[in-house]
Amino acid sequence: MDIDVRKIAQLSRIRLTNHEAQELGPQLNSILGYIEQLQEVNTDGVAAMAHPHDSAMPLRSDIVTNSNRRDALQAIAPQTESGLYVVPKVIE
Amino acid sequence: MPFSSLETLKQRLDQREVSAQDLAKLYLDRIDAHNTLLNAFVHIDHDHVMAQAKASDDYRAAHDTPRPLEGLPIAVKDIFCTQDGPTRCCSKILEGFDAPYDAHVITRLKEAGAVLVGKTNMDEFAMGSSTETSAFGPCRNPWDTDRIPGGSSGGSAAAVAAALTPAALGTDTGGSIRQPAALCGLTGLKPTYGRISRRGIIAFASSLDQAGPMTSCVKDSAMLTAVMSGHDAGDSTSVMDAPTIDWLGACDQRDMKGLRIGKPKEYFIEGMDADVRATIENALKQCEALGAEIVDISLPHTESAVAAYYVIAPSEASANLSRYDGVRFGQRCDNPEDLNDLYMRSRDEGFGNEVKRRILTGTFALSSGYYDAYYIKAQRVRTLIRQDFLEAFEKVDLIATPTSPITAFALGEKADDPLTMYLSDIFTIAVNLAGLPALSQPCGFVNGLPVGMQWIAPAWQEDCLLGAASAYESATTWHQQHPEAFQ
Repeated sequence: MDIDVRKIAQLSRIRLTNHEAQELGPQLNSILGYIEQLQEVNTDGVAAMAHPHDSAMPLRSDIVTNSNRRDALQAIAPQTESGLYVVPKVIE
Repeated sequence: MPFSSLETLKQRLDQREVSAQDLAKLYLDRIDAHNTLLNAFVHIDHDHVMAQAKASDDYRAAHDTPRPLEGLPIAVKDIFCTQDGPTRCCSKILEGFDAPYDAHVITRLKEAGAVLVGKTNMDEFAMGSSTETSAFGPCRNPWDTDRIPGGSSGGSAAAVAAALTPAALGTDTGGSIRQPAALCGLTGLKPTYGRISRRGIIAFASSLDQAGPMTSCVKDSAMLTAVMSGHDAGDSTSVMDAPTIDWLGACDQRDMKGLRIGKPKEYFIEGMDADVRATIENALKQCEALGAEIVDISLPHTESAVAAYYVIAPSEASANLSRYDGVRFGQRCDNPEDLNDLYMRSRDEGFGNEVKRRILTGTFALSSGYYDAYYIKAQRVRTLIRQDFLEAFEKVDLIATPTSPITAFALGEKADDPLTMYLSDIFTIAVNLAGLPALSQPCGFVNGLPVGMQWIAPAWQEDCLLGAASAYESATTWHQQHPEAFQ
């Protein structure tokens, strides 16, 4: 299979230079070629396993456990203003 | 003294032969002397280490009973969030990131009186098997500094092997504790999935990641795991009713009478280093001499484990790493044209090649039209891999395998060939897919390089691992050998 690196990169929100795309394309194809062997395994009637635990997630009481740490959490943001995260204009 | 075990250092502290400040100074001096060459640590704050050591000495003076790790220096992989000082996951994208909270295991270590000596080098976002993908440059193996220490927890492994710290923490998603432990001649334990909270450990593949110790002997691994394990309300995958274990008591075992050890034929294969294979076969003969029975078993889906892993782990990674978007934390590109440009360039500039490869692989496997054929298919194979283990454990108590098919390879040797690099995890990956506990311990040398033997146990039976490994360790001296250049 030939993977469309540029399309996948767009879905991943990663810009690739031409040079990077040329290098990554064959590497991804070789990885996917290896992964292709999974198709030979008979998995008829086998359930998909998302997680090692069979048990249900534990529930906790519905009470507030975290405090307001907006300042500390926003101190590490690239750009904030009045308690909001700032990004380039989205709507023209 | 630098090569002492935590247990020995604890005794010396308890007998007031040394203080926590003496130990902190001793290891800081060794870091200063050797880290330029090894690049095992990526962040050290001397004053902060000495302040923690003084606080521990003060605590000891004021209390009758010291805490379980009182005054013991411990290094942690750069993947653990620590409030004091930077957390980078050895990625450029986290430049300038100061974690707003401590990982749960860091809180546990601090509450136990440990002195945190610094952050260790690793493959970027724990994606690698050689610690060459780090944004801080490669780490070197103390046994031969032209070789890699393994990965992704290579900095922790190199630091303990060269006695720059008596013990360290790593994380293990597909072998990242056990493989570097093997390649550096250490004991490394990956506990059962859910034994230790993942909160505050930067996520790679959430259904596989688990933290654990890397130490110079088995009992030290037990000491650290005892402190780190247990339910945390802040991580819903840390199991609430996990069977408790007498961690230290498990290490008193001195023989293997009645122990049935499974030897899976799929882990002794063509293509692995013949000398490594012979070393493991020898170790198993020693186990027989200690009273164990070696049983030939088969884990038929082993061959598919690497392929299933390289669908599942990148898929989970592509979702987990979507949070690095240049908006809420981490690096943002200069002068973004629009929001899409901000995302695309921040992530291009911030991520290294291996991380990009895995995000792209995972995005592909999860994308429309391929999801069933790749992601769901891999999850079905994962079920078969777990069933193999469950069936084997009806016949045997433990499984023994080589940890790695080869000894430490040269820096740069596999760096340009991702697939060959992936195959170096061939013996460790299935354990993560099945969520089982496993331990690697030194069992010999090939051409002066350490070889590790891996023990695999049923879920929650870390005591069985520790017992067998302690019995083997008490009958051998491999763990007492240290790289000459650092003595």
